[in-house]
Amino acid sequence: MDAFIHQVLSGLATGGIYASLALALVMIYQVTHLVNFAQGEMAMFSTYAAWSLINAGMGYWPAFLLTVLLAFALGVVIERVVIRPVENAPVLAIVVIFIALLVILNSATGWIYSYTIKTFPSPFPKEPLFGNTYVSSHELGAIGVTLVVLALIYVFFRFTPLGLAMRAVAQNPESSRLVGIRVGWMLALGWGLAAAVGAVAGMMIAPIVYLDPNMMGGILLYAFAAALLGGIDSPGGAVVGGFAVGVLENVLGAYVIGNDLKLSVALGLIIGVLLVRPSGFFGKVHVTRV
Amino acid sequence: MTRRASIGVAVLIAIACVLPFVVSNYRTFQLTLVLVYAIALLGLNILTGYNGQISLGHGAFYAIGAYSAAVLMDRLGAPYWATIPAAGAVCLVAGFLFGLPALRLEGLYLALATFALGVSMPQLLKYHHLEKWTGGVQGIVIAKPEPPAFLREAGLQMNPDQWLYFFALAVAAMMFVLGWNLLRGRVGRALIAIRDQHIAAEAMGINNALYKSLAFGVSAMYTGVAGALGAIAVQYVAPDSFTIFLSLVFLVGIVVGGLASISGALYGALFIQFVPNVADEISKAAPWAIFGLFLIGFVYLMPSGVAGAVRMLLVRLMRKGAK
Amino acid sequence: MKRKLVPIAALLAAALASPATLAQKKYDPGASDAEIRIGNTNPYSGPASAYGTIGKSITAYFKMLDDQGGINGRKINFISYDDAYSPPKTVEMVRKLVEQDNVLFVFQTLGTPSNTAIHKYMNMKKVPQLHVATGASKWNDPKNFPWTMGWQPNYQTEARIYAKHILQTKPDVKIGVLYQNDDYGKDYLKGLRDGLGDKAAKMIVAEVSYEVSDPTVDSQIVQLQASGANVFFNVGTPKFAAQAIRKAYDIGWRPVQYLNNVSTSIGAVLTPAGLEKSVGIITTAYLKDYSDAQWANDPAVKRWESFMKKYYPAGDLNDVSNLYGYTVARTLEQVLRQCGDNLTRENVMKQAASMKGQYIDTLLPGITITTSDNDYAPIESVQMQRFNGKRWERFGEVMGN
Repeated sequence: MDAFIHQVLSGLATGGIYASLALALVMIYQVTHLVNFAQGEMAMFSTYAAWSLINAGMGYWPAFLLTVLLAFALGVVIERVVIRPVENAPVLAIVVIFIALLVILNSATGWIYSYTIKTFPSPFPKEPLFGNTYVSSHELGAIGVTLVVLALIYVFFRFTPLGLAMRAVAQNPESSRLVGIRVGWMLALGWGLAAAVGAVAGMMIAPIVYLDPNMMGGILLYAFAAALLGGIDSPGGAVVGGFAVGVLENVLGAYVIGNDLKLSVALGLIIGVLLVRPSGFFGKVHVTRV
Repeated sequence: MTRRASIGVAVLIAIACVLPFVVSNYRTFQLTLVLVYAIALLGLNILTGYNGQISLGHGAFYAIGAYSAAVLMDRLGAPYWATIPAAGAVCLVAGFLFGLPALRLEGLYLALATFALGVSMPQLLKYHHLEKWTGGVQGIVIAKPEPPAFLREAGLQMNPDQWLYFFALAVAAMMFVLGWNLLRGRVGRALIAIRDQHIAAEAMGINNALYKSLAFGVSAMYTGVAGALGAIAVQYVAPDSFTIFLSLVFLVGIVVGGLASISGALYGALFIQFVPNVADEISKAAPWAIFGLFLIGFVYLMPSGVAGAVRMLLVRLMRKGAK
Repeated sequence: MKRKLVPIAALLAAALASPATLAQKKYDPGASDAEIRIGNTNPYSGPASAYGTIGKSITAYFKMLDDQGGINGRKINFISYDDAYSPPKTVEMVRKLVEQDNVLFVFQTLGTPSNTAIHKYMNMKKVPQLHVATGASKWNDPKNFPWTMGWQPNYQTEARIYAKHILQTKPDVKIGVLYQNDDYGKDYLKGLRDGLGDKAAKMIVAEVSYEVSDPTVDSQIVQLQASGANVFFNVGTPKFAAQAIRKAYDIGWRPVQYLNNVSTSIGAVLTPAGLEKSVGIITTAYLKDYSDAQWANDPAVKRWESFMKKYYPAGDLNDVSNLYGYTVARTLEQVLRQCGDNLTRENVMKQAASMKGQYIDTLLPGITITTSDNDYAPIESVQMQRFNGKRWERFGEVMGN
């Protein structure tokens, strides 16, 4: 029983990792209706930038803030320079651009920083809460940060005019333009915010999994699944999805099917859920008119 | 097909038949792989380009075809030419069975489902309970087919690489003719209608469910045939040959080659076979980064793929000619 | 007439001048008076690109050799292609090396699946597949594959050494194994099972695998703790080995830990894991560890360090792959020097199979390279060592199975 509780708690901790990146994916989807496959690599790249700053002597929080700003700028630049020229290309062409970005960022980071793992500092205390052996203080802190980011995103989209404008642009770019919304800059802003969310995720993830150029590959996979499971247009759903996937994966591996197949079975189950509820748990059902 | 197009195809086939006798064995091997990828990309194009169902996991069907060939040849002693239709049949069924539940999924969700399939395939191939058949992590080594006796008796000297090339060429020609027939007729129009206006298509009497599942099945069949040919050409299958990157490379191939285009499959195959080598020549430090830059360049310059660009070029040339 | 006679006479004179030396120079494709062409494939892109640094360090070493005049007056032309760890690509690139680039032999191709894919081809073409970069045991088969040879100690042998040590010191323990779900992980597992013999079923209480795509191995460690194991065999690559060491300590599971020798670097594995969490870990090694302070003033290691700084400054000094590449390149240098002017493929294999107790100074003391006609495993000996919190303490004798 103790082991089971341990697996569930450990699953929630890992789920927190998936949730944080899933938030970035949902963020970019809400603005552009596209899933950016390069989101993980952008987050990883931003985390390496933070690592360089901290290594050069900057304190943790100044480096954190500066990295978030730099990541925002990176997101804006990528949207304006790389994505904008192909805005009107078929969706699949844009997906190929995402794949290209993924590959470029991964390869460039490996070249600049090499592949040995690096430790990334955590702002949270080293001792576990109440001396427990289940989750570290950082893992709890990371989950807390994810929830704070979730709250900020929710408030932003629901209660601010800027958030409303962004949602309008994603749903109906033509009409938005007619009402005077600068569509191009909304998209760039959305990319910037998503990149910033990703950078926060990366800096929370790196202390747990160690910083290396390939750290986000597996996480992106699960985050993608988690975001869809929760409903791709629901930030809250993404977080719930993340936790669900984390626990599911752990329980499957430990008790049901063994570690050899847990990836396949976990994904299979998620697809199964989607077959029953095609919009995910909290997603909106879309009605298309002919 | 217009007379100009027929002449073009005839010239292409003539060149294709002469090539293995003028280039080295190594180049012939590369060209065989181009043919293999062209068949796979045509398969993916039927599903994604013509029918609009995105697949991020077609490498899985390629793997199923490859392993079908390997298991039949190595464990069951089947002759290599028999594995091609067998792999095609297995993948036709597998694709159709996957396509059925996938009917309920659209766009992103279908992308995830196919992505999950592509990611899971290496795990399934490594699974130790299936090791007796799949060879597990060690894979299966396949014997190289020899040119058949009747050729030697006819006096035609051919080495195994050349024979394999012609075998692949024959299979590719058959698959392309089959595809062309399928796509220019009612089936092709139905697929495109479903892609562009699926509600209207249903209203007009097209059985969406049937066509979409069939599209999956046929698409998987093509890719499975390609996988079997590829396995025979490389003479080895292992889980590491069929990672998710293969699926992503196939997607890149049809986009760069040209969506909803038969010639696009060939252009795409040339791209995915040769451009990584070019990227490697340019930079050993980060070859993937160079490959990514090539990708971005191609998509910028030719958003409709090479096939689209060629089409536009031909139109412009013909207009000039008409003047 | 006279104008033509002089050059002809000169030619005749030259031809007759030293018949002995002319007769001794023997070349196969890829070798000439000026150069020796060597082929290689490495994963410079793709999921295994971390190992591409081996190819880069070898390239750097041969550049240094060429700057110093080459081997026996010939420059080394080291041609290395990216195979992205994909066997079909390896086949294509190796065929290019052999059929188009006309290399004398292929060296240090990386990865078990990649090498399996070209195994038959190389032996059919009678081109040496030398010092392959994998720890699988199947490359030591001179009878069936006389053109293929490994280099590093193989994983199964290493695992059998751990098994023997367990049987000798703690014969009644429960063992839990964490292994990567591929040929590398499974080879270690097999070696452990074989080494324990018929006690394996009773002693190994848990075997848990992980995929390279798994973000953490936390769940696996929790499973191992729950199994009641008090000995832990950690078969992970550096990132996962470090995660495992740290997690085991954090959850209060303190087994006797055996760590596979791919992940023994103090700088790259134990420091990220936590030095205090790594105390007592047992492993075997054959290379010196740059990040281990005991070698800080070792002339061999210092020579390697200055080589890296001059010829491969982008390489990470803490990455053991770079020391590995340097050492295996020096092994090849020895083989080629032994070849002299007889640079046929057959002679290259012959010299590679005639190393008697060769020592290269970046190997641990006591580890030597020995090959013969029936022994195609150059390095078979390893040294057991235990981590004391600061450095690796060697114990026991050099074990050469």
